[in-house]
Amino acid sequence: MVILKDMENPLHSRSDAPSGLRARSWSPYLVGAGIGVLSWAAFYFVNKPIGMSTEVSKLSGWFASLLVGMERVTSNGYWSGTTPKFGYETIFLIATALGAFLSSMRSGTFAWEKVPSVWSARFGNGVAGRMIAAFVGGIIILYGARLAGGCTSGHGISGMLQLAVSSWVFFISMFATGIVTAALMFRSGKS
Amino acid sequence: MNFPLSTSSATGLLLAGVFGLVFGTLLEKGRVTDYNVIVNLFRFRDFTVLKIMLTAILVGGIGVAVMMRGGILEGWHIKEMNTLGVILGGGLFGVGMVLYGYCPGTGVAAIATGSIHALVGFLGMVVGGVLYAVTFGWVKSAILPVGAAGKTRLSDATGIPEFAWWIVLVAVSLFVFRMLRKKERGAG
Repeated sequence: MVILKDMENPLHSRSDAPSGLRARSWSPYLVGAGIGVLSWAAFYFVNKPIGMSTEVSKLSGWFASLLVGMERVTSNGYWSGTTPKFGYETIFLIATALGAFLSSMRSGTFAWEKVPSVWSARFGNGVAGRMIAAFVGGIIILYGARLAGGCTSGHGISGMLQLAVSSWVFFISMFATGIVTAALMFRSGKS
Repeated sequence: MNFPLSTSSATGLLLAGVFGLVFGTLLEKGRVTDYNVIVNLFRFRDFTVLKIMLTAILVGGIGVAVMMRGGILEGWHIKEMNTLGVILGGGLFGVGMVLYGYCPGTGVAAIATGSIHALVGFLGMVVGGVLYAVTFGWVKSAILPVGAAGKTRLSDATGIPEFAWWIVLVAVSLFVFRMLRKKERGAG
């Protein structure tokens, strides 16, 4: 079977390469199965599916409160429902970053990156252009996530695995516009 | 100890840390903290993201369905099917994901692997969250109610039983994995 073949040597692709946490990467099937098992644990132990964008919008509320005061933030119709405070999701977000950091340190893949190679092959090495695209993309992606009620974690993994209609529609819509956007952006790209 | 625990209990908060560490490690080892891997999915040049997502949905979904059937889970966590909001939001999300090169989860993880543009995009996400809150009154009255169908599941909406969905999803996924393997072998 196709999966079993990829699982023969799941933690390293070459026999002389480092294994376990020192490996540069794991089989995507193993990683996916790991996220699936993590979902079981999240459902069973805390009755709370994995998600990320809710916490990011709570952080938005926290940043906004520094500018306009917490009173005005909590009087907002949206934030009043998701009061920005330090809690479960905050720890999950920080720990996700920490996990990725430790993993990249262990495998030696940590690297400062301003302009990724696929971008520079199409748009050159200019830092400003890449940063503007990332910033604008960040605005759009979180607005979209809030409008739809979740992101690739909350809808894409946790929602789709529950066979939620909203999550499957979200995924199809996201994939469609992503393909069109990439086709327009990289129409003469070669990498 | 009885499960589930409250997410505000000390053990609950500790689990948030454990789950986050595992999630971040899996994202990094899955290489989805790499802008190139994510953007190349939408250019049909790298299917790592698709493999991870499909496997996570199959393993996670079948496990959760079995546990739910066994009565050891509290209940489903289905997000509202606000048809217009979900379609528009998903559409914006796809555009943003290609421009940013990450989604919220992988963006957070990528910052910690040294991606400076992921950090800049994270600041954009914070601004996006503020914009949503500022426009929420309008969204709530003009967008979210359009085609609002509640918290519905594919099995309820279609009448096709859950196990049939899983049989189809497993079959389709295995077929896709096989195709990708052939394609990658041909290219490599």
